[in-house]
Formats: sequence, C-alpha cells, structure tokens
Amino acid sequence: MNQPAPRPRFAIAGPPNCGKTALFNALTGSRQKVANYSGVTVERKTGIARLASGAEINLVDLPGTHSLRARSPDEEVTRDVILGRRAGEPTPDLLIAVVDASSPKTGLRLAMELVTVGLPMIVVFNMIDIARHRGIEIDTAAMQDKLGVPVVTANSVRKSGLDALLAQLQATLDEGVPPAGENLWSPPSATDLRQSHREADRLIASAIALPPEPDTLTHRIDKVLLHPVLGLVCLLVILFLMFQAVFSWAQPAMDLIDAAFAALGQAISTHLPDGILRSFLLDAVIAGVGGVIIFLPQILVLFLFILLLEDLGYMARAAFLMDRIMGGAGLHGRAFIPLLSSFACAVPGIMSARVIENRRDRLTTILVAPLMTCSARIPVYTLIIAAFIPARPVLGVLNLQGLVMFVLYVAGIASALAVSFAAKMLVWRHTPSPPFMLDLPDYKMPRVKSVAIGLWQRARAFLRRAGTTIFAMTVLIWVLATLPGAPPGATEPAIYYSFAAWLGHLIEPVLAPIGFNWQISLALIPGMAAREIAVSGLATVYAVGGDGANLGSVLAHHWSLATALSLLVWYIFAPQCISTLAVIRRETGGQRWMWATFAYMFALAWIGSFLIYNGAVAMGWG
Amino acid sequence: MNTPAYPAHRPDQGKVAPRPLGSLHRGFAGHVHHISPHHETGALPPEELERRLIELGFVEGARVRILHEGLFGRDPIAVQVNGATVALRRREAMAILVS
Repeated sequence: MNQPAPRPRFAIAGPPNCGKTALFNALTGSRQKVANYSGVTVERKTGIARLASGAEINLVDLPGTHSLRARSPDEEVTRDVILGRRAGEPTPDLLIAVVDASSPKTGLRLAMELVTVGLPMIVVFNMIDIARHRGIEIDTAAMQDKLGVPVVTANSVRKSGLDALLAQLQATLDEGVPPAGENLWSPPSATDLRQSHREADRLIASAIALPPEPDTLTHRIDKVLLHPVLGLVCLLVILFLMFQAVFSWAQPAMDLIDAAFAALGQAISTHLPDGILRSFLLDAVIAGVGGVIIFLPQILVLFLFILLLEDLGYMARAAFLMDRIMGGAGLHGRAFIPLLSSFACAVPGIMSARVIENRRDRLTTILVAPLMTCSARIPVYTLIIAAFIPARPVLGVLNLQGLVMFVLYVAGIASALAVSFAAKMLVWRHTPSPPFMLDLPDYKMPRVKSVAIGLWQRARAFLRRAGTTIFAMTVLIWVLATLPGAPPGATEPAIYYSFAAWLGHLIEPVLAPIGFNWQISLALIPGMAAREIAVSGLATVYAVGGDGANLGSVLAHHWSLATALSLLVWYIFAPQCISTLAVIRRETGGQRWMWATFAYMFALAWIGSFLIYNGAVAMGWG
Repeated sequence: MNTPAYPAHRPDQGKVAPRPLGSLHRGFAGHVHHISPHHETGALPPEELERRLIELGFVEGARVRILHEGLFGRDPIAVQVNGATVALRRREAMAILVS
C-alpha cells in the first residue's frame, strides 16, 4: 500500500467544541505541524494519519465554524479551503465532518451544508461515549441513508473509539477517493436557514433517539456558576486560585531554571578566560535567553488553567459573566481571558486573543494587553520600591511598599480600560459594536491527552521564540553594549565607551525632562529584550554586582525620589519589550498596529513620567 | 424566584401580542413567534441579524426559556432554545418576538 504517489488530502471540519481537535490529535498523534495560513493569523494544523495498512493521509484540521457563512478570519479560512478559493491551498480530496453526538444539531446542520459543496465526505458523530452516557442513540444506517454519505461514530479518548472511522478511511482509500461532484453551495438567505433548521430537526427526529429527560447536570451547575452574584464570586475565586498557582506553583520550577542558568554561568566563568566569548555567553545567551525562559513555568501553569477551563466549557460562561462589566470600556466579554494571561506575559495573552471572533474586538484587546502588569516588570518594581519606598505601615494594617506595588497593578488595569475606551471613542467611532452571541456548551470533563498536547504546543511555541527572535535581539543588544570596547587606559567600565552608551547619550535629551539620566537611558536599551534585563543593565552601568539590595543602595544614593517614581510610572506603560511588539506584528498581520501600540504606550509613559517627575520635584523630592 | 415572571404561552394562544425576548425576565418560557430585526435592535444590518439569530436556533416555533441574567442591567441573558443554551445581549434579543 505504500505508494510513492502523493498522499490524499483530507480536511476535518466541524463547529467549535465538537471535539474536532481531539479527533485530529488522536488520528495524527505527534505527526503534526502547526503554522499560520499566509497573511492571516489563523493556525494551520496539519498532520499525517497512518492507517493499519501503512497507507498515509494528509490531514488538515480546519478552524471550527458554524457554517460556510464565515464571519471571523478563522471561519473565512475554513470556507475558502473547502470551496477551493484559498490561493496555495489545494481543495481537499475529502471532508471529514465532525458532529458532537451529545448535542448533534449544530454539527449536523454544518454537515448538511457541506454535503452541498459536492466533495466526497464522511460524517463522524464524535464523543459518542458522552452521548450514550446521556441516553442519546444514533442510528448510523438511517443517518447514512438520509445524508447520502458514510456515517460513523467515534470516541477520541479510547484507541478502539477510532476503529469505525479508520475502517471507513481504509475502505475509501481502497475504493479510490471519488472525484468531487458539482458544488451547489451558495450563501444562504434567512429563508434557506429556516429551511435547513427544519430539515435538521426532521433528520434528528428520524435517526437520533434522544433521552426523554435532557441532561440536567449542566443546568444545575449553571444555577450557581451563572448566578448573577454567586457566579461572579465563583469567577473571582477561580481567578484567585489561578493567580496563586501562577505565582506559587511555578516558583520551584523557576528557581530550578534560575539555578541551572546560574550554574551554567558559573561553569562558563571558571572554564573560559575573560574575553569576548565569555561575555557573549554570559551576558547575551544566559542573561538574555535565560531571563526569558524563566517565565516558561508561569506560562505553562497559566495555560494549564486556561486549557482546562476551556475544555470544561467554562470559558463561554466567564465571557457571559464579564461581558457587561468589560463592555462599558469597549471590550468584548471574550477579551477577559487574553487580558488575564497578560499578567504572566503579554505574549501568550496576545496569542490567545485569537478566540475573539470579531477583528475590532481582537485589535482592541491586543492593543491594551501589554498594559497588564506582566511578571517581567516585577523585578524592576521590587528593586525600585525596596530602594526608595520606606517600609512604613499605612492605616495600621497596610505596608507602604505593598501599597505602592498594588497601586502599580491597579494603574495598569485602569489604563488598559481607559485606552480601550478611548479606542472605542476615537478609532471605532464609526464601527458599531459587534454583537455578543455565543453557545454555552454543556460541561464536559477535560481530556488529559488533549490538554497535554495543548500545553506541549504552547511550550514549544514559546521556546522556539526564545531561541530565535529573543535570542537575535539579545545578541544585537549585547553587541551594542560591548563594542567597540574600552580604549587603552580607560578609567570607566567598558560599557561607557560602547555604542549603547552613545545611544544612551543620544536619547538622554528626550528622557531628561522626565528625570532620567544617561545611565537610565542606557539601561532601557537592553531592557528592550525583556523588561527585567533593565535591572542587570543598571547594575552593569553602575558597575556593581547584580545583587539587588546592593544595587538598591547605590541607586538610592544616585537618584532622587522623583526620578525613582518617574521610572516606576514609566514601567507601567513603557513599550519596552521587543517580543511583545513582534507578536503584535504577527497577530495583527502587519506593522501598523505594532507601531500604533509602541507610539501610544511611549506617549503614555513619557507623559505619565513627566507629570509624576515634575509633581515630585514640586513637592521637594527632586 | 421560581415562579416565572410571565405565564408560559403556547403558539396557538394567539390572543396575547408577541413580546420582544429582550424585554422579558428570568423564568420566562414560551415560543418564538417571529424574528423582527430593525436597525435600532443592533449593530448588524437587519438581514444579517436575522440570519445570525436563526443560526443560534431562534426559528419560529422554537421553545425558549430565559435561564440566567447578568448582574448589571440584567444583561446579557442566557436562553435555552430547544435543547441548546445560548448567550446574547438584550439589544439583539429585542428582535426575537416571543409569545
């Protein structure tokens, strides 16, 4: 069966939450590749399914869609691939239409629509185990008869759950994939849609036995989780646990990574002579890339929660609960999750903005996500707060240092809401706010395997980025900070004579009105790779060890309180993270939004710092 | 809280004028009478809003029940349509006339 002939291309289509991706994962295992469709930020998932006979099939997992009447960029990709309109994407040889057997109507309507396209097709009633558990029985023979295409049931959890589908795929290959028939699809009118609803209802009545009592578990859970008050309380508790987990569960792993990189650095310092190579390995590779990889545990814990909640069916509920609250600021209910992720790091946060269908809502979310206080700002905040803010009790119970930290977080959230409100008023004034309509799927137990695959894909994407973009930027900054090297007889550290110092002096006039000296200006340059590198940048400039407390006292000696406050405000807004800008560029499909983000954040940072600095000077803290 | 705010009507009880779903409260149960989108009922063109509502399952005769309401302004609402549960804002739900 192993022929050199090109593998047939089969595409998997189905509505969101029908278990399509789990089925794809079960069919392809690890033989899959995730890329982007050209020109759009829609994930293109392909993989190879190997049948028992050894024959192989190229599988494409198309983005979930309710109908070919596409609305979001994801759905447009699905429509264009199926209709053969997408340049560079051959029309699939066969469609595998996935229907959630436990609530078959949506999927069945899509399958009926897909039949009109004329491509050969197999309809899969997926998650049949859950459906049977709920008392739903599917008469595949009758269904096959009515639809006119092969119908099988599947369950992607068990290996044997795929037997019927694999046998059908084998039979199709053995007989030869039939040629595509005539495409009779056209955009449906409201009348057509009504018609298709009635047909689907008739089909369900004739071939699916529904239980006399519908599943009430979901309704009982929702009585609490969607309760106007209790529901919000539960959401807050879930969020609290998630934050707790992100900052406490991840800590041991982060300490481990930190220790590993420190040990590696130690080994390099002892075995390599002082010189350019050692400096490159220590200051560029370990400080730069290591400083970013350290956030991997936090990102994974965060995504573990997000994937679990998503598979459980809770995310749609969170969007429901938050819609009105965030809607006031011009954000969609679904923006909640991306913004939440941004507290760990804006990069995965911006990537998860893909769940938002509407482009306008997605762009607003991406625009404000970097304002959420990401964990990379924490080292900078702690350094400056420890050095300048006295640990004085406030109102008896609060600590002034903790209070300042809290204020910085709140300032980030408040500015995000303000910016999205401003965008709603200025940029989107003429675009009406898109509707909020979504399915609240029945709750389902998350599948360990699909969560694990999801986590693995997130981790791989993050590490690849750290290894490419971030590494390249770090090398560039290191070159700037190292070359051309100190002249003979130099009295100051080598960095004083570098291109970076020259740049620091160059931008100093811009930053002088907000109280930054050239040393700070210079430290901001390496801070572009990752915000917390600014700390080590300052340490290098002031020629002291990386010891925070030590550096703190040096800073307290050199800076006024006004300058310190100004730098804190700067970091609430400052767009100083190349990775965030790069991911904005990729996710929005162009440079325009990247520069818009950079410009507005720079403006906010400068104006905010200017006001604080001059206010503080007026208070006599200059 | 458990008593429906409005008595349930069957579609054949045509005496009561259909009311917009967006103006009703938790516990309401009834049937979709017809879809009547206006420019004011939402940001979408009326024809598109009608299609989207149909896609969510709001076809004439469908059983609907308001299961949940948001905290602020009792918006959005979660509605059971035949077997499925969907969430939408009251503004869009104004286009769904129920009896």
